[in-house]
Amino acid sequence: MNCGVGEGEGKRTGRKKGREMEMKMTIGMGEHDTGQALKVSGLTRIYGSSCPDCIRMTGPDHGTNICRVCGSVVACADISFDVMPGEILGIVGESGSGKSTIVRCLYFDMEPTCGEAYLRCYGKGNIFQVSSQEKQIIRNLYTGMVYQNPQLGLKFDITSGGNIAEKLLAANWRNVGRIRERAGELLERTEIPLARMDDYPRNFSGGMQQRVQIAKALANDPDVLLLDELTTGLDVSVQARILDLIKDIRRNTEAAMVLITHDLGVIRLLAERTIVLKNGRIVEAGLTDQILEDPQHEYTQLLVNSVL
Amino acid sequence: MTDKPTLAKTDRIIEKGYNFAFLDEFTKREIRRKILKAVAIPGYQVPFGSREMPLAKGWGTGGIQITLSIIGDTDILKVIDQGSDDSVNAVNIRNLVVRMTGAQTTEDTTKATIIQTRHRIPEEALRDEQIVVFQVPFPEPLRSIEPSEQVTRRMHARKDYSKMWLHLYEDIVKHGRITIGARYPVMINSRYLMDPSPIPRWDVPRLNQAPVLYLFCAGREKRIYAIAPHTSVEPLEFEDYAFEVEDFSGKICERCGSSDTFLDEMIDEITGSKKYFCSDTSFCDKRKKGGGT
Ligand SMILES: Nc1ncnc2c1ncn2[C@@H]1O[C@H](COP(=O)(O)OP(=O)(O)O)[C@@H](O)[C@H]1O
Ligand SMILES: [Mg+2]
Ligand SMILES: [Zn+2]
Repeated sequence: MNCGVGEGEGKRTGRKKGREMEMKMTIGMGEHDTGQALKVSGLTRIYGSSCPDCIRMTGPDHGTNICRVCGSVVACADISFDVMPGEILGIVGESGSGKSTIVRCLYFDMEPTCGEAYLRCYGKGNIFQVSSQEKQIIRNLYTGMVYQNPQLGLKFDITSGGNIAEKLLAANWRNVGRIRERAGELLERTEIPLARMDDYPRNFSGGMQQRVQIAKALANDPDVLLLDELTTGLDVSVQARILDLIKDIRRNTEAAMVLITHDLGVIRLLAERTIVLKNGRIVEAGLTDQILEDPQHEYTQLLVNSVL
Repeated sequence: MTDKPTLAKTDRIIEKGYNFAFLDEFTKREIRRKILKAVAIPGYQVPFGSREMPLAKGWGTGGIQITLSIIGDTDILKVIDQGSDDSVNAVNIRNLVVRMTGAQTTEDTTKATIIQTRHRIPEEALRDEQIVVFQVPFPEPLRSIEPSEQVTRRMHARKDYSKMWLHLYEDIVKHGRITIGARYPVMINSRYLMDPSPIPRWDVPRLNQAPVLYLFCAGREKRIYAIAPHTSVEPLEFEDYAFEVEDFSGKICERCGSSDTFLDEMIDEITGSKKYFCSDTSFCDKRKKGGGT
């Protein structure tokens, strides 16, 4: 796969060396434990056949993520960031800027075209390179995901308790009594009446469905939580309750959270640091307060000013 | 009557104009190769080029291809259908193999070298030199919960069986117990989830650490899989909802008086009362004659 910035065959070797060195560095850092719960570097995902010009022809400078030469969509490119335990990292950007693609790669819903990611709790290297069986373990034990669309995160024909149980079962829980006890705890924590444990998410309100998703994501005490637009489309009062729940999770767990939204209000409320995405690239990254007070990139300025 | 040596030797006529065992040598070799692969990776479904057979699909076209590929002229074949040697299906398969190979047949489990079966494992203990060939209608244990082949393959590759476990969990929530009867999902060698074909739960423990080689073949779905001898086979179960075989306590076979075999339930047409008979008919005969163990 070609993820280099428009380079030809001749430069391949040089780039590869660079990549190897970078990897060694990262592994070295891992051994000394720099404390990052999640570290992503160079994450790129291209839809379509892709050509050597894809990267050069797309991005905020071109105002598009579609390659003019081959028509491929560069959903995200060269995305690098890290998140500390207990920290919330915000990702903002307009619709189509590549936010969901990033977390869906990290949750192994799709494969990145290239890039690396490391988890502090998983010491076996770049998680994109491990066997699919290992990926399954990482997905179920170390990470949790809340999808924007509850239909993606929940099985509507399975009870809410069963949806939570699925994560526990994947972690080899084999005692129905204990599974139900744990599911009960999680439902309580996400403020869903215990009586709804054996009811189906299709009978739940949108806000409740999101809370079941959160309960499911929390089932195995993950080190990394991926939250994709979890309040989009919900009533304001319902939103507030869910945001309170996220605050509560931050208080009570060490989970690192990646919070995707196009709502700067949510970012302001929850994220310590933020990255701003446009046309699949990071255009700005830093402390949330700084970004909101003093946006550097033209696009961020536009974004901030349109809200204020 | 002539006294040609072949006839005198076996007293059977091998059909002229056909290759030995019906299938051509190339096909048999391919199937044997696939069997070897299946044995090497117990529980893994190996795709193979299933051939048209002179049997209707669903009548054991998979099982017969395995049998014909492994049988030699010194083999002794037993064929059963739900435990019975006499069903039309079993008789037809047996006749076909005999006409194509001249192999001997038997109803006695202990004397057979190859046992082709539909939905049962014979009651009597099996030995390490025997091979049991199962006819399989649905090789994919995950199909009922996941319609996409692409997805089920990925689930196997990832050893991702939480969806099946979830199915069992929901079964328990709804019914207070696991309601799966035949085709009870089993883990092979702690790696692959496998459909043991529609044998009753009664037979499932017989798969575990067995001395005998079990071969499974689905003709329509073009899959071969195997349980190598002495392989661990575990039915899915929870600590608090254990796997259980069918309960026949207080019931005995009306014919042989057996109380430790899998029984078929019959309704007496006249009295309307329930009666029970051994599903394994040849073993029942043996017991009735007093030759059983
Ligand atoms: N399966 C797909 N095939 C082609 N393009 C896709 C596919 N999924 C997403 N995209 C494109 O990738 C880009 C990024 O999408 P996405 O990550 O969903 O953005 P966001 O979450 O920021 O709205 C968009 O231009 C979208 O149209
Ligand atoms: Mg999105
Ligand atoms: Zn291109």
